[in-house]
Amino acid sequence: MKAAWEGIVAIATGFATTLKHLFRKPITEEYPEYKRVLPERARAVIILTRDPDGEERCVACYLCSAACPVSCISMQSVEREDGRRYARWFRINFGRCIYCGLCEEACPTSAIQLTPYFETCERDILKLVYEKEDLLVDHGGKDKEYNFYRYAGVVSKVGDKGAHIKEDKPVNIKSNMP
Amino acid sequence: MNWIVGFIILIIKLGVVLVGLLLLAAYLVLVERKFLARLQIRYGPNRAGKFGLLQPFADTIKMLTKEDIVPAEADRVIFLLAPAVVAIEALLIFAVVPFGASITLLGKKIPMVITDLNVGLLYVFALASLGVYGVALGGWASNSKYSLLGGIRGAAQMISYELSLGLSLVPIVMLARSFSLVDIVRAQADYPFILVQPISFIIFLISAVAETKRIPFDLPEAENELGAGYHTEYSGMRFGLFFLGEYVNLQVLGALVAVFFLGGWHGPLLPPVVWFLLKVLAVAVAMIWVRGTLPRLRYDQLMHLGWKVLVPVALLNIVVTGAFLLI
Repeated sequence: MKAAWEGIVAIATGFATTLKHLFRKPITEEYPEYKRVLPERARAVIILTRDPDGEERCVACYLCSAACPVSCISMQSVEREDGRRYARWFRINFGRCIYCGLCEEACPTSAIQLTPYFETCERDILKLVYEKEDLLVDHGGKDKEYNFYRYAGVVSKVGDKGAHIKEDKPVNIKSNMP
Repeated sequence: MNWIVGFIILIIKLGVVLVGLLLLAAYLVLVERKFLARLQIRYGPNRAGKFGLLQPFADTIKMLTKEDIVPAEADRVIFLLAPAVVAIEALLIFAVVPFGASITLLGKKIPMVITDLNVGLLYVFALASLGVYGVALGGWASNSKYSLLGGIRGAAQMISYELSLGLSLVPIVMLARSFSLVDIVRAQADYPFILVQPISFIIFLISAVAETKRIPFDLPEAENELGAGYHTEYSGMRFGLFFLGEYVNLQVLGALVAVFFLGGWHGPLLPPVVWFLLKVLAVAVAMIWVRGTLPRLRYDQLMHLGWKVLVPVALLNIVVTGAFLLI
């Protein structure tokens, strides 16, 4: 008898709870009218950024392409007269991209980055293939000050051997004997 | 001449009831989705039309234009027949449900019921048990283990709860001294039977929810165990027919509760038909509230409740009612 009474009380409590919820304001965020501000590091559409000097950061090293688990990144690397590498063409197929962010982690120059913008629906799937012009932007993305060539010990117009940040001057091995 | 007029009136009544039932079923889906959503602090469908009022039409168009798949190795004839059985069985029950007192039009008395069978209650039970054929056959013919399990569960559940459903109505028949649904409503002119038969009412409600396979008794279509149970393999409008049958069944449930316990069309001020509709909708909304609150029973709990609680209590109720009537 006690168990039956407890059961009835339990069921009645449940009904009271749902009835209370009936008069609460729904917590739904109605999407097209209300757009939640996504965090800066949310992962959606991929961009190719530029360094503070306005040069393309991408050095076409293929690391992002190799890291990509769905093989949606492809490019062709070429070398400029001053020795700096860049991508002749760069293509991301967003029809395949899973927005995992592994390309961003693999990138040594912070060139490829994911942005919070995600509204890229298309009726034609081929429109989801983005070329280099579509990907390239005029800012540094999340890492504004970084310039790969100021750190890397590569001779370019940014600096000669020993002119890079945290780099010692070259040692003359002929005068360095004990 | 008289025969022709009667025939025309019958056809008109059939048309009104059929269209009304289908429209109400379509909008019950919307009411259920909206109300359930509010119980869960959501909005529910609100994109198609104002407040989502066009949602039923959008759903119908979607289901009609979907691909109609019959699985390979399925028992084709039975597979195609099963959804129709479910929908037709649910619709046919309304043939004996009285919507209001008879009205007089142009000197002719028109009863507000399609046919006043003197064994209407038995007719309702016969059709309600036929409904299990749609479920069991659909589950069998799909050639899928989930469907088969759903069909078996449906059959077992229906057999168990048919018993307490029938027994719970025996006291009503004893009080009204008639099997006709019209006479049962007339017997409640002074007071609805829920006041004198509350135990009967509760047993009937629980058994009827189990008969319509709604939560908390939705084991035949338990989606998190069986995919979708007996209609796993159905697509397009054939699934739509199962769905339609389910919501017509919800109206049947509301109508039967109204007729047997809430006094049918009786009520002050408003016209009889409006009272009847209000009672049906009230029961339907209560059922949705139940769905939003209670979790699904386990299979052994379901059988325990049916055989060890409802049937003995219903039998005891009959004995007590009989004793009171004799005194």
